[in-house]
Parts: sequence; C-alpha cells; structure tokens
Amino acid sequence: MKVLTANRLSDGIAVWYAAGGWAETVGHADIAHDKTAEDRLEAIGAAAGANNEVVDVNLIDVTVVDGLVEPVRLREKIRAAGPTIRTDLGKQASPEAARAA
Amino acid sequence: MYRYDEFDQDFVHARVAEFSDQVQRRLAGEITEDQFRPLRLMNGVYLQLHAYMLRIAVPYGTLNSRQLRMLGHIARKYDKGYGHFTTRQNIQFNWPALSDIPAILADLASVEMHAIQTSGNCIRNVTADHFAGAAADEVADPRPYAEILRQWSSVHPEFSYLPRKFKIAVTGAERDRAAIQTHDIGLHLKKNAAGELGFAVYIGGGQGRTPMVARKIRDFLPEAELLSYCTAILRVYNLYGRRDNKFKARIKILVHETGVEEITRQVEAEWQELRDAELKLPEADIQAINAYFAPPALVSRPEGDDAVKQARLDSKSFSEWLDQNVVTHRHPDYAAVTISLKGIGEVPGDATDSQMEAVADIAEKYAFDELRVSHEQNLILPHVARADLKAVYDALVEIGLATANSNLISDIISCPGLDYCALATARSIPVAQEISRRFASLERQREIGELKLKISGCINACGHHHVGHIGILGVEKKGTELYQVTLGGSADENTSVGEIIGRGFSSDEITDAIEQIVDTYLGLRLSPDERFIDAYRRVGPAPFKEALYAGETKAA
Repeated sequence: MKVLTANRLSDGIAVWYAAGGWAETVGHADIAHDKTAEDRLEAIGAAAGANNEVVDVNLIDVTVVDGLVEPVRLREKIRAAGPTIRTDLGKQASPEAARAA
Repeated sequence: MYRYDEFDQDFVHARVAEFSDQVQRRLAGEITEDQFRPLRLMNGVYLQLHAYMLRIAVPYGTLNSRQLRMLGHIARKYDKGYGHFTTRQNIQFNWPALSDIPAILADLASVEMHAIQTSGNCIRNVTADHFAGAAADEVADPRPYAEILRQWSSVHPEFSYLPRKFKIAVTGAERDRAAIQTHDIGLHLKKNAAGELGFAVYIGGGQGRTPMVARKIRDFLPEAELLSYCTAILRVYNLYGRRDNKFKARIKILVHETGVEEITRQVEAEWQELRDAELKLPEADIQAINAYFAPPALVSRPEGDDAVKQARLDSKSFSEWLDQNVVTHRHPDYAAVTISLKGIGEVPGDATDSQMEAVADIAEKYAFDELRVSHEQNLILPHVARADLKAVYDALVEIGLATANSNLISDIISCPGLDYCALATARSIPVAQEISRRFASLERQREIGELKLKISGCINACGHHHVGHIGILGVEKKGTELYQVTLGGSADENTSVGEIIGRGFSSDEITDAIEQIVDTYLGLRLSPDERFIDAYRRVGPAPFKEALYAGETKAA
C-alpha cells in the first residue's frame, strides 16, 4: 500500500494527496493498492509538480490502523507527525492530527 | 567587529533583490524546481522533512547584539519561536515559508547579515576560534584573516562550482579550539622565530563517510601570502578533485589518492606562479581589516577579584558555573563566558526568540556588545569584566541559560537528525537528551571531567561524531534506529578519528552503553586528572569492549 506525499511549494509544509487535493495530514490520504493505482498517483504527483503546487513528490509505504493511514518508515512517521522532541510543533500539535497520529 | 563597507552593503542588497525576484518567479510558476533548486541553495534555503530550512551565515561566529536581536525577531515573526545554532557557527531556522524568505533576507541585510554560500559546492562560512580576540594563549586574533578569506571567497567566480563544498577554519592559538584539522583547509596563525605572523597550513581534513585528519603541507606561510596560497590549493583541487563521484569529491580524497607529498608539490608549483603578484596582501590592507577587530577598550576593573571571591562564598551554583563556563582572558580583570545551550534534557544548540533577545541585552550591557557562536553549539561572551560575572550569571539564570556544563558530558554536539533533516537516517536529539538526563547530576559530570560527546544522525557526520571522545552515529537498520559508538576521537591540536568499538545499540540500549563506557573509564583512570581521551589513548579499546560485549561472547 502506498500514498503520495510532497511538500507544498509556497511554505514547504508536508502534504499528502487525498480526495482530489493535498491534505495537511496523512490519515485520509488516497491509498494505492496495486501498480495501476500507484501509476495513477505518480502521474498526479508529476502533474502537481509541473503545475508548481508541490515539490519533492514521493510514493511512500503505508498501513491502515483503525481506519487511518499510517506511514511505515520512521522517517515518514516523523514527517506525518512533526519532530518527536517538539510535540507542540508540526501536525501532531493540532487536535485533528493528534487523533490521527 | 567588521562593519560592511559600501561595497558589501550594495552587494548584499543586490543579492536580496535578485533572490526575491527568483522566489517570486518560482511562486508564480515561471521557473521550475530544477531551475530554482540551485538558486535557493546558493541562498541558504533547503527543503527538509517538515518545511523549508534557512541557514544564515554568522561569519567566524561573530555577532553583535543588534544582529542577535534580529535573529530573535526572525524566530518570532517568521518561524516558530526558536533557532538552532550549528557546528559551522551558523544559525538555522526550521520552519520558514518560501514566500517569507525575501522579507527575512531583507531584515537580515538591515543588520549586515545574509545566507549566501551557506550551501552549495562553494567555500562555506569560514570558522574561527570562538575565544578569538579574548584568549590568553592567542598569538593574534585569527578573525581578520577569516574576514579576508570571506571577502576573497564570496562569489569567487573561479570557486563557486567546486567539485564539492569547501570548509576553512582558522585558529590563533596552539590549543586548537576551531577543529582546524577536520577542515578542507585548516590555518594555524603563529609567529616564526623572527616574530613575523604567518600560518601553518593543513589540508584534506574532513568527516562524513570517509573521515580524515588534515595533513600539514606548510609549516610557515607568511601572512601576506594567505590568498595566493589558498588560491593555489583551491586551483589544484578544482582541477583534479573528483567530479565523477560525489562521495569522493572532497579534497580529502584527492589528498589521500594523490599522496600528500605530490599534492604539496602541485600546490607549491601553482603558488610559485601566484606569489608576489596581485594576490599578495598589502600590509595596509591587513592593517585596515585588523582595525575592524580592534579589541574593546578594556578598562582596568581590579575590584573583580574581590567581587568574584565574595560571590563564590555566597552561591555554590555561581561558583560551579565560574569553574566550568568561565575561562581566562588575556586581560586579568576580564573573562570569557560560555553560555551553554545544553540545558539538561534540552535540544543542543536551540535558543528561543526571547532567550536570543535577553542574551543580546546581556552582551550589550556587560560584554561590549560582542557575542560568538561556538562550533560546539554554545554562545560566548568573549569580554566580560570579572566584576560583572555575577550579574551576568544572574541574568542567565533568569532565562534558563546558566547550565554549568561546558566541556562536560552533557555539553553534547548533536545534528538535527531525523527529527528535522531530510538526509538523516536516525534521530540524534532524543539520544542527546536522554544521555543529558542520565548524567544530569553536575557533581557526577564534574567527577567524570572533560568529555566530548558528539552525535550524528547519518554518515554525513554533521554532529562531528568521528572526533568525539565518545561518538555516536545513528543509522537505519532493518527499519529501526541503530547507534554505533566510536571512541577516541578528538578535534583539537591532537586530532584523531574515533574507532568503532563494536556492534551498534538500539535506542533503548544506547544510554546504558554510554554509562558503561563512562563507568569503565572511571574505573581505570590513573587519577581524576587523566581525562577520558587520555585514558583511552593509554589503554585502547580493549577494556571498553570487554565491558560492553563480554557478556555476549560468553553467552554465545
């Protein structure tokens, strides 16, 4: 299972592709379950990059826990939550993301 | 300190205007990321895990109050209320929006600061001894030469696209506090038998995946030939440095593969073409730059001795801070103060907006408006009257920056690691914090004595782990963080690269392992005067391996 992630061009904030747009949290990102879906996400990412919405577009491995998307690698978990040493910052600082995290 | 002349100011303003235009065009979609990336990197703008990161140059680590106050302002207005001081004596902000960067750079330019050449394959911020101009053991202030190198290397047309980044450090004392032997060029300012100033020149030091100690290629270079000789080194490197492989592109690899005798011959041959020509520094120019670094008028303050004596009796914590964080100044009535950014359990090198402003106030009131950033990620007040030390201490206590741990085990260098950095493979800061908490007792730390512990979150070694007495390298193994320990590294005049002691440790084990290493040292040192590094050099790795791994071997 993979989802599409990037950083928003204007402020660099980490975002995930969800429901036709770029969400600031990973929980409800669109999941690709097979190669065809991955290709589709990659094409969306390439277009969004070319369209100057986002930079550094990547597909990342995820699992689903309690109905919410969770990245597999520690690096991506930290991107999705914020610095582990400053839980007052990043996505984890907002109530919605805290629930998802 | 150095003040911008008209040329400097015009140049920085022009660069702000140019980069602001580039940012606007990028945001408008007129240029692509591939086109923009090298431009933003030339101006210190990285993309990290959570956001952009802006690295601001602090030339040879010297700041005045106005500049530090501006950094506090930037932290508050454009970032999340804090900044991170780095091992290149710079500062990084972790959260700036790209759209705000033009305004940040304009604010910086208003206090003679910028972010130029804090990234890219160019000559980076030249670093220097953080006690420069104050140290009792110094031959001369190294910063005028660092400034000359800064002017020479800024947008140098020949050296803006080197095979790889290039770092220079300068020290003016026998005791090396600038880690010059870990640099591409290390310069040791000294006097010859005739009393003339010049440099011992080292090249090819570096850390990263292939750590190497620099080799001395010249014992005495007359000061006037600083630029001609550095140009010769850079030319040889620019010509022969390996552009085919990023991991072999630093000058250390060239020195290693070519051999130090041959590379010295090449540099000297190139220098013969350059010396005594237009790159020779006129004495008048050296004097002019020196004048910018004229020491403050240190008036006699003999009441300091009694004041310090009395304050010691009144306050144990002041007394401890004095012993640990205050060093001898060349003027007997003054001292240099280390402001530890390593509070127990805090993030090494981080300071909040209000701390920056408060430290700026202290520097203005008690320290001739002068501050330094050390490569060990602390702040320094280089000139404080001993009579004012208690007042400075009290002011630092108020803002939580009076931790008396300079050079002790909790004075840890740590890179940002996987909590922020896109290159990192493991976290560094939480490891630093846990070790700091484990050794929180100042009494215990003082009993252990000088111990340089340095942590990197990837092989690039921004946390200088190779030259830590104890070094920790975080890597990713099978999806989890694993920490390798090296022992015996050092970044002073006896620079050495630490040796890997054995298998790595999980994040749950690493602090116990460090404690075991420290306890082993305490058990085998000849006396409390034998520092960890000296004891390690005497006994080697065996007792430490035994302590860490013997149980495993027996079990196996």
